[in-house]
Amino acid sequence: MNNKNASQHERGRAGQTRRAVMQAAVASMLAGAALAGAAPLNRARASASTAKWPKEAFSQKNEADAIKALFGKTPEVSDKVNLDAPEIAENGAVVPISVNTTLPNVTSIAIVVSENPFPLAAYYPIPSGTSPMVANRLKMAKTSKVVALVASADKVFSASKEVKVTVGGCGG
Amino acid sequence: MASTIRVRAVASGGNTEVQALVQHPMDSGFVKNAQGQLIPPHYIQVVEFEHGGKVVFTANWGPAISKDPYIKFSFKGAQKGDDLTISWIDNKGAMDSFVGKIQ
Repeated sequence: MNNKNASQHERGRAGQTRRAVMQAAVASMLAGAALAGAAPLNRARASASTAKWPKEAFSQKNEADAIKALFGKTPEVSDKVNLDAPEIAENGAVVPISVNTTLPNVTSIAIVVSENPFPLAAYYPIPSGTSPMVANRLKMAKTSKVVALVASADKVFSASKEVKVTVGGCGG
Repeated sequence: MASTIRVRAVASGGNTEVQALVQHPMDSGFVKNAQGQLIPPHYIQVVEFEHGGKVVFTANWGPAISKDPYIKFSFKGAQKGDDLTISWIDNKGAMDSFVGKIQ
């Protein structure tokens, strides 16, 4: 056990004792952690994965192929699918679209923009306990039919609306 | 570093309505920069929402979702004070996550 007092300890080139160096190192480590801030406290381990992302459906270039790739069935038009879409989109880059339905046993909702280069815009699996409803904002390249698709008990139902776009959502 | 995810989840009468806003360019790959070159696609592909160890909602997105995407959905079984965990991953493999409190 060292019984030296501070003045007797070996010092480094800058006159620091080993203890001072250690304390400085610990302090800067803690400061670094503190700077990372409150974020780590409410940062979860990110768990989203692209394993089930429907790659094929998202790469189809026409509406029919996108729907086929996603559902493998032909949709039936149904008045129980409610698609909220503006008649005229003020800004094609941000078009608010929402879908809800009174159909039972809904397993997923999808939204297709027929005239987009890749018509499938979004796909939402609906687990039990979750309402068959979604609101989102889409880009529309030009005036187009927007289709809401709802998978319910082994069938697919749809509703569509024509949305006029004056300023296209693809930067042109 | 602050999260890219902002969330407001309100429980009322057994139902929790969730609104989330995520900061992300959601580049479609069809837009050109000032030099006339195409800006490559850069967009969130999956957003997952978890409560009580269960996935309550998944968003599968393509490049047609607007920049700084917004999403609203609703689910049952949560109470005020519960945690809601949100995580996303984009086409470049970047991720972020956030735990919000249900109000």
